[in-house]
Formats: sequence, C-alpha cells, structure tokens
Amino acid sequence: MDMSLTLVLAVNSLTLGGLLFLLSAGFSLIFGLMKIPNLTHGSFFMLGGYVAASLIGWGVDFWSAALLSGLLVAAFGGIVERLILRRLAGAELAQVLVTLGLSFMVADVCLTVWTGDPIRIDTPSALRGATSVLGVAFPAYRLAIGVIAVLFAAALWALLDQTRLGAMIRAGVDDPAMARVVGIRVSRLFTLVFCLGAWLAGFAGVIGGPILSVYPGLDQEMLPLALVVVILGGSGSLLGSLVGSFIVGFLYNFGQALFPELAYVVLFLPMLVVLVLRPQGLFGRQAG
Amino acid sequence: MSVTLSRRKFLVGTALAAARPMPAVAQPKPVRIGLLTVKTGPLAQGGIQMEQGLTRFLKDRNYTLAGRKAELVVADTGGNPAGTKTKTQELVERDNVDLILGPLAAFELLAISEYAAQAKVAILSLAAAEDMTQRRPNPYFVRASATSAQTMHPLADYAAKELKVKRVITVSEDFAYGHEQMGGFQRVFEDAGGRVVKKLWPPIVTPDYTPYLAQISGADAVVQGFAGSNPLKFVKQYKDHGLRFPIVGSSTGGDDALLKSFGDEAIGMISCSFYTSDLDSPSNRRLVEGMVRDYGNIPGLYAAGLYINGMVAEAALEKTGGKTDDKEALIRALRGVALTDSPRGPFHFDRLGNVVGNFYIRRCDRKGDKLVNTTVKTYPNVSQFWTYDEKWFLSQPVYSRDYPPLKS
Repeated sequence: MDMSLTLVLAVNSLTLGGLLFLLSAGFSLIFGLMKIPNLTHGSFFMLGGYVAASLIGWGVDFWSAALLSGLLVAAFGGIVERLILRRLAGAELAQVLVTLGLSFMVADVCLTVWTGDPIRIDTPSALRGATSVLGVAFPAYRLAIGVIAVLFAAALWALLDQTRLGAMIRAGVDDPAMARVVGIRVSRLFTLVFCLGAWLAGFAGVIGGPILSVYPGLDQEMLPLALVVVILGGSGSLLGSLVGSFIVGFLYNFGQALFPELAYVVLFLPMLVVLVLRPQGLFGRQAG
Repeated sequence: MSVTLSRRKFLVGTALAAARPMPAVAQPKPVRIGLLTVKTGPLAQGGIQMEQGLTRFLKDRNYTLAGRKAELVVADTGGNPAGTKTKTQELVERDNVDLILGPLAAFELLAISEYAAQAKVAILSLAAAEDMTQRRPNPYFVRASATSAQTMHPLADYAAKELKVKRVITVSEDFAYGHEQMGGFQRVFEDAGGRVVKKLWPPIVTPDYTPYLAQISGADAVVQGFAGSNPLKFVKQYKDHGLRFPIVGSSTGGDDALLKSFGDEAIGMISCSFYTSDLDSPSNRRLVEGMVRDYGNIPGLYAAGLYINGMVAEAALEKTGGKTDDKEALIRALRGVALTDSPRGPFHFDRLGNVVGNFYIRRCDRKGDKLVNTTVKTYPNVSQFWTYDEKWFLSQPVYSRDYPPLKS
C-alpha cells in the first residue's frame, strides 16, 4: 500500500472517529449512568440532520442550525426520558423494546415529514474544497470535524472532571444509591445527562450531514457503530468513547480498503475479543 | 426494519361508479391490480415513487382500462423477502388481484417468483435480476424496464466509442444488482478495446466511502452503479476528495428523480437509463406534467416504470377484450404488447418477456437553478443480449462479482 493512500485513510480515520465520538459519548454516558441501552440514539442522530436541513432551508446558517437542531433533539430526548424511560427504571428488556420501538416510530414520522428522498446538507462555505495535508488533497471539512471532536472531548472532560456537576454525574455512575444518600438528586441528573446525550447525537447528525446527507435508514446505519464504540471503550467512560471511536474509525477505514470482503469481520471481531477478554470494555470499570 | 403499515386500498374507481346512476345492464366486475411496493424503511424512496407513477396512470385513464373499472390494491412489502411473500399471497388469495405490478427489488422478486408461477399470476416488475428473463425464466413474468446489464451495455459502448475512455474503475454496491451491472459494463467495454482496471464493492450500507475513494487512481473514468440514496453520498464524497475523473453512471445512479437532491458535484455526470424525463413523446409529456402537478417533482425511473407497466397492462387487456379469467391468454397478451408511444419511447418484448427498447445516454447540466439530465444519444431497439448472439449469451455464466474476470 502506498504512502498517500495510507495517509488519506489515516486522516479520514481520525475524522470518522471524531464523528463517532460525538455520537457515542452521549450513548456511553446514558448507558453508564442510567443503565439504559438507548436504541433511539441513531434516531437522535438522524433527526438532528433532518431538522437542521429544514432550518438551513429556511435561511438559518449551518452552525446555528447545528446548535439549534441539537437543542430540539435534546428537548425531545428530555420528553422521552421524563415520560417513558423514567417509568421503566431497572427494566432493561422493557427499555430495549421501548427505545427500539421509538426508533421505528421516529423513522416513520421522518419518512412522512421529509419524504423518502435523500436530503443533502451543504458544506459550510468556508470549509468547502480540499486542503493539502503533507502533499495529499484532503477535504477541509473533514479536518474540521476532527478539530470539533477534540474540542468537544476537552469540554466534556472539563465538565465531568472539573465541575461540581461532573463530580455528581461521576458519583451517579459509580454508585447511584450512595449518591442519593449524600443528597445528589440523581433523577434530575438522569434527565440532564439524557438531554446532553441527545444533544450530542443531534449535533453529530448535523455535523455529519455534509458528508453523509440525511436519508431514511441513516439511524440504523449509525447505531451499530455507536454500539461497537461503547462496547470497545467501556460504557460510562469518556476516555473509552474517545479511544473506542478512533479505534473504530481506523478499523473501518483500513478494514474496508485492505480486506473489502471482510469489512464487517474486521469491524466486529475486535469487539467480540474485547467482550470475551474484558467484558467491561477497555476503559470501563468492573461492574458491581 | 420490518415495520409494516396497514395496507391502504384505493377504491376511487368504485366511489366514482357509485356516484353515477346505475345502468340497466350488469357491469363487468372491476379489474383488480395489485401493487407490491415499499413504503417504509430505506427503500421507501423508490417505492413511494412507484405508487405515485401508477396512481398518475390510473388517474389519466379515469380508473378505466379496456372498458372495465380498475381498482388498485397497494401492499407494503417492508422491503424484505418474507414480507413480500406474505403480501403476495394476500393479494392473490384474499384480494383476488388479476395481475401484480412490482415488487421493487430483485431479492423481493426472487422470493415470490416460484409462488407466482404456481398461482399463474402475471408479474410486471422493475426488479432487474438478469436470470428472471434469461437462464431461469418465469413464464408469468414481464419486464418493461431493463435488466441490470441492459442499461450498462450501451453506457459501456458510449464510454468507449464516444467518450474515448480507455481505462475505468467500477464501483457499485456489493450485491447481485451491482455485480450484474458491472459485469455487463465490463464485457461490452472490453470488447470495444477498453479495460476495467479495478472493481470496488462497498457494502450496501456504507456511511463513508473514503476507503474506496482512496483506491481510485490510474483511470480515465469512474463507473458508478449505486442505487437508492447512495449515488448522492458517493458523488458528493468523490468530489469532496478532489477526484476529477469523469463519472458515468447507471439508471439508478443518475435517476431524474434524484436530481433535486444532487448539488453541483453532479454536473457533467453521464448516465444511461431506459427512461429519461426529457423525452418528447405525448405520453411522456403527460406523465411529467401530471407528476409535477401532483407531487412537485419530475418522474424518475420508478414512477415512469410503473406508468409504463400500467400502459402494458392496459394494452394487454384491450387485446383480451378486458378478460382476465384465462391466465394463459392474459400472459400471452402481455408479452405480445408493442407500444409506439410510451414515456420511454417505442418498445416490445422478446420471447423471454424482457423489453426491447430505447436506452438514453444523458448528461447532467445546470439550467437556471435546477439540475437537468439532457439526452445526448439514443440507442434504439436494445435487447437484453445487446449485440451478442442470444444462444451464445445464454451459454455464458450470468454476470457476477467475478465474471467476467479482471484481466491481469
């Protein structure tokens, strides 16, 4: 394999990793804190893209649309958490079924509202075209995604590690019962974290829009990738999500280029190995 | 994804009939048309357009075919083989349809082919699987659109002879439709002196094509045969990566109905299709006007395909005097249909039930604020065997992932 191909794949692995980080960080936090395997997460991603496409169509600029669309998805997430998931606390099978059912419902509503036609989201004008990285042409927008992901990772880390709110969330992840005893309102944290996770997913859907466009089925394409990331990295761990995202980014890009027939094997085999050898994931804590 | 909406029935025909005073003579019972389509999930885009095209056709005929009222029964297969089989049985055994239009995808069609042959119900489908009209023909099957490779043979001819392309890289989804398309392209292109240097097969679900784009180099052109929303994603990412080789595409890869979703990255793309919305024929003008009026978009191959299939059904019913009881007579009439004016131009069927008709090479350009496909060359009377001898063609293996093999 020649150098420039390797370089293109490597840089692209980082951008795909960045996008996956935005998607899976929320999934991981929600699962880590609330033990909810949120299968609606892919729908949040798709919904974010659709809403932003409409907003942009009405003249809102790309970045405002991304923020706003994320907020709307977060509000939707909050409603889902308050009205439905709250009642199913602890019932994991029911949660799986409800979130899966919701994802089908969201898909059908999107099909009705935005039709089956794929919708493109234009790349923000400042980031159009290709930039040269070490002599290889590379789309500027993809590099920007990598930068955005790193900024978000830093911000999320600061939030979780440096603030009082972050300390409360970490306490909730580690031992919800004890957190309650010391006076943390865990149920309010749940809603907050769920909204944050939904916001990140919706935002990721917009950020991914210029590359992926938005179309029926996008939700079901992204969800498994988020699952792999979280299983690899370990749920509830931000570092796990970050590392897992980049591992999946690299596996995806190099796997499809080098072993196209085995693309899925390359993607899912490491996940199986991790599940067998280290069920809590690379950076997850031992359950219990 | 197998959510199934409840089936909707469009009984406008009977509603209209009820509004009129009853004549003294007994009315013949309505002819019932079953439509197998996909209205949920990732294939819904094409499936919804199929229903739109057929509805437009029936409206144009005021829900009357060969003197009989026509009823449309729409079934949503959910885009999977099991759902298709269930819905087909419902249509045949419960709804007593006289013929079936659809389904959309080859894997759906293959799931019901045997059942339909046993039940002797005629199927008019857009599904492109080669062997349905070649090595394993179904006598009750009629295809007025194209086989997978039928579109690619003329495209390859055009690329080699008119575009003077010498070396190409093909890229298409890793399933039978993609394999058959690119096999067809390769045979004709290499027989014309060109060379396929690489064939890339991304999985159907590929959010990011970069790993494949990174392998594209050392060619004069790229051939893409994507379907659904994938062409959009592929072409955009292709241009974002700074790739400049011209793109030639299949009917699904450059479909007219997709144009409103494409951006400037599609300008200059050459595609080949059995249907082009710029064809100047009376029936096509009517179809385009109706689609724009009712649904706000020009028709693509799915809508036009069903409109054309509606016309085939109508022509056959006229030949049988509106009778549908004799299944053998109906299928003979269907396969004997030859139309001079249709949205795809004149066409007829070969002895295996596959279309012989025009194929259009189009170039995508910007006109005002819209992208349009403009026909640059018409290949008339194209059969599924191209210019090859039928016996020889059928003695060769069906086009597949590795056939014809790449020359090393």
